[in-house]
Amino acid sequence: MADFLQVELVAADRTVWSGEATMVIARTVDGDVGVLRGHAPMLSLLTQATVEITEPESGGVVAAVEGGFISVANDRVSILSERAVLAEEIDVTAARQDLEAASAIEDPEESAAAVRSAEARIRAVEKAG
Amino acid sequence: MAVSLREYRARIRSTESMKKITRAMELIAASRIIKAQQRAQAAAPYARELTRAVSAVATFSNVDHPLTKEEEDPKRAAVLIVTSDRGLAGAYSSSVLKEAERLVERLRDEGKEVDLYISGRKGEAYFKFRNRPVVRAWTGFSDQPSYDVAAEIGAALIESFLKEQGEEGDVDEVHVVYTRFRSMLVQEPTAVRLLPLEVIEGEEAPSGSDVLPLYEFEPSPEAVLDGLLPQYVQSRIFFALLQAAASELAARQKAMKSATDNADELIKKYTRIANQARQAGITQEISEIVGGVNALADANAGSE
Repeated sequence: MADFLQVELVAADRTVWSGEATMVIARTVDGDVGVLRGHAPMLSLLTQATVEITEPESGGVVAAVEGGFISVANDRVSILSERAVLAEEIDVTAARQDLEAASAIEDPEESAAAVRSAEARIRAVEKAG
Repeated sequence: MAVSLREYRARIRSTESMKKITRAMELIAASRIIKAQQRAQAAAPYARELTRAVSAVATFSNVDHPLTKEEEDPKRAAVLIVTSDRGLAGAYSSSVLKEAERLVERLRDEGKEVDLYISGRKGEAYFKFRNRPVVRAWTGFSDQPSYDVAAEIGAALIESFLKEQGEEGDVDEVHVVYTRFRSMLVQEPTAVRLLPLEVIEGEEAPSGSDVLPLYEFEPSPEAVLDGLLPQYVQSRIFFALLQAAASELAARQKAMKSATDNADELIKKYTRIANQARQAGITQEISEIVGGVNALADANAGSE
């Protein structure tokens, strides 16, 4: 058994973050899930929300993901999302503008999705800060 | 003679500037290939994890999903052809189109009608010129595709695949024709069937120690599969686009390299002809002078 979780946060076109962590918190469609060492193998769908990764030494990283899924097996955690951004890469002002633009979209479903995506990014920055 | 000498010099000059252009394009393509390969590598972890997850679900649940269901009597097939936006890449576009034509021919023989989906301006122009209908075309990204376009193409193809038979725009199979990047020298046009999905690709067989653990699926295996499979399809399309982009650049580099070499040859040939013409001109001038002097000498000798 490894001492820490091996975490990989992967977007469709790049590896966003990878390394060792003590804990991962993500929001699945059924609610928040926290993953520590020795977690049972799990495959679960994520919603548009934030993912928190606690590193052993420093504070950790926060990222915003748009859907995707998390898979846990043998202390390896892979978080896959078509789009994933780290909190430090997020432009808060742009996210806030997106949020405003999103609430103006007429189609309620599309609007809700866009709002969730913008909110996830803003929350990621707030959590990191 | 003097006129043709000037002509040859002009030809040499224009060939030289042409050579400069093809040389520049060769270098640009060469530097972009590296970037394209890096992008393909960066996308690999996602595809790998996704394949792993899909095969995990497939192994531990009864896979019965609309995207994996084979239609009993397939009537219509969609073919996505990945071509380039620009030419000057040798036989790149024409060989992928030839492969596509072969596939279309085969599908027709099997009694299926074919709906064409095109990516890249070259393919679009090819079918437009022949007045053949294209269901949808995407252009403007062939040398650096983003995941967004792959997602868009994937969504469109999945949508028409999921329609019931008999519905407008329904297809029962989806094929993709793209150019696989084997190496800098070898790129081969490939046709693969994308949908219905054949779960567990034989490309990377899990080794003995890599036994899949017993996963818990949340909320349910079906829901996870529902979420995974469309992403899997899109990631496969993205992979095809990235491979095609790298192949296009490699083909362009090769084509431009041979164009540069040809220009070199031409310059050499023209220089030889120009030198010959120059020499002939000089010889003629000398013989004219000598002839003139002789004539003068003869005339003087006669008068004395």
